[in-house]
Amino acid sequence: MTTTAPILKLDHLGMTFPGHPVFNDLNLTIHRGEFWSIVGENGVGKTTLMRTILHQLRPTTGRVHYLPTSSTVRIGYVPQFRNIDADYPLSIRDFVGLNLTGWKLPWLSRRERARVTDILAQTGLAQLVHRPIGQASGGEKQKAYLAQALVERPNLLILDESTASLDPVTKTELLDLVQKINQQMALTVLFVTHDIPMARRYAEQFLMLTPQGSEQGPIAQLTDQKVWHEEAQHV
Amino acid sequence: MFEYEFMRNAFAAGTIIAIICGIMGVFVIARNMSFLTHTLSEIGFSGAAFGIFAGWTPLSGMLLFTVISSVIVGRLSVRAERREAAISAISALFIGLGILFLSLANTNASYATNILFGSVIGISSSDVTQMLTLSILVLIVILAIYRFLKFDSFDHTGALVKGLWTNTLSVVFLVLLALSVSVAAQIVGSLLIFILLTLPAATAKYFAHSVGRMMGLAIVLALVGVWSGLTLSYLTNYPVSFFIAAIEALFYFLALGWQTTRTAAKG
Ligand SMILES: Nc1ncnc2c1ncn2[C@@H]1O[C@H](COP(=O)(O)OP(=O)(O)OP(=O)(O)O)[C@@H](O)[C@H]1O
Ligand SMILES: [Mg+2]
Repeated sequence: MTTTAPILKLDHLGMTFPGHPVFNDLNLTIHRGEFWSIVGENGVGKTTLMRTILHQLRPTTGRVHYLPTSSTVRIGYVPQFRNIDADYPLSIRDFVGLNLTGWKLPWLSRRERARVTDILAQTGLAQLVHRPIGQASGGEKQKAYLAQALVERPNLLILDESTASLDPVTKTELLDLVQKINQQMALTVLFVTHDIPMARRYAEQFLMLTPQGSEQGPIAQLTDQKVWHEEAQHV
Repeated sequence: MFEYEFMRNAFAAGTIIAIICGIMGVFVIARNMSFLTHTLSEIGFSGAAFGIFAGWTPLSGMLLFTVISSVIVGRLSVRAERREAAISAISALFIGLGILFLSLANTNASYATNILFGSVIGISSSDVTQMLTLSILVLIVILAIYRFLKFDSFDHTGALVKGLWTNTLSVVFLVLLALSVSVAAQIVGSLLIFILLTLPAATAKYFAHSVGRMMGLAIVLALVGVWSGLTLSYLTNYPVSFFIAAIEALFYFLALGWQTTRTAAKG
């Protein structure tokens, strides 16, 4: 579902690490409720772009605008990497609940607990709520990260290869869930992926980063030739 | 033994310390700050020595030194790679200063051993009141920032995305840690304070899987250590910190062993 209101605008955005340009003069307007896939080969700068959008990295040139104001954009982010070692003590349920910071009391209110239970059920974690997340499998961890990002009801969700370690069935289930929220609540989604079939299946628009520049458009224009062309040039 | 006022004071003080250490310890472990806690306790020793030298109470000197240095360390620690080396250097400097102040203060050696290793006899009821006040202050601040501190400590990545003021949180936490170190050093001594601030929470994390439960268990483990330590020390006349250290270390290794056999059994 797409409404006309823009939520995110990249304005001549450029990022250069010392001696190493990543992307340059990137212009992009994303509207509320759009589902974008961000593609491009390894190391081309997808994660860097997402972290710039999150204001975790300061761009070398240009700006990232949240619209209409920065306080109206609530971001959920499922990062590509996270430090959770085998000893990490919190249960999946408590890990997901960490993101609830709106209320002050140390313990979760009844309504907050219901929200956690609800999102755990939707992400297929209902049976695992008490499992320490350090001992969960890679895919279960990914589900918990998604649940944590969704529990605060974001209006912009950034998935950085969040489905890479999931089996085909689970992958579809989770993306179906994201799509459902995308359609019902006008959640804007940025889906970073190497999985072109999945991008075609769920996204409406694409942004392809290449070492030379970038290309964007409706997902139908992300043709095999384009993907192949990119790979052939750099393999 | 409760017929002696100093034992009643020691138990009251020990109970306060165990509660503060159980709560703070869970964050210390989650934030990987055991090493820093150790350093703060050495800085505390130096501060206590300075307090004596300046004619204040050891606690005041300790508070001054640990709070100032925790703010400095908080600014240093931005670059993680350099942190351990920088902290070691700071700690060496402060131990040296502590020894210097003690010799300048011209007090007898037993005073120094009390600061370093703790003592049961030295605790007056006004000390207990002072510790109680500081502990309540620490608890109030923790309560006020609890959810933010919890998020940042257990999932720094998530807290950053959320836009939580993680740098401020980190400095506030270090100051709280400095206060806790100063409070707890009164009875176990500055050399062993990090035991109570790390081991009970490190043990608890193998058995409890929510922050609240970890705190509860860490408090119980700290209480058991402190109370039995005080009792054994009273009965045997051996130093209290020895018993506390031994008991907490025993708990920790039992938990570690239990965890290892359990994971081994699972395959
Ligand atoms: N903090 C940093 N300092 C210097 N260079 C960096 C930094 N972070 C990333 N880079 C470099 O920037 C480039 C882009 O990295 P990035 O992680 O954004 O790639 P990516 O498109 O997400 O790749 P992948 O598909 O493998 O996840 C890489 O060459 C990387 O080495
Ligand atoms: Mg990446």
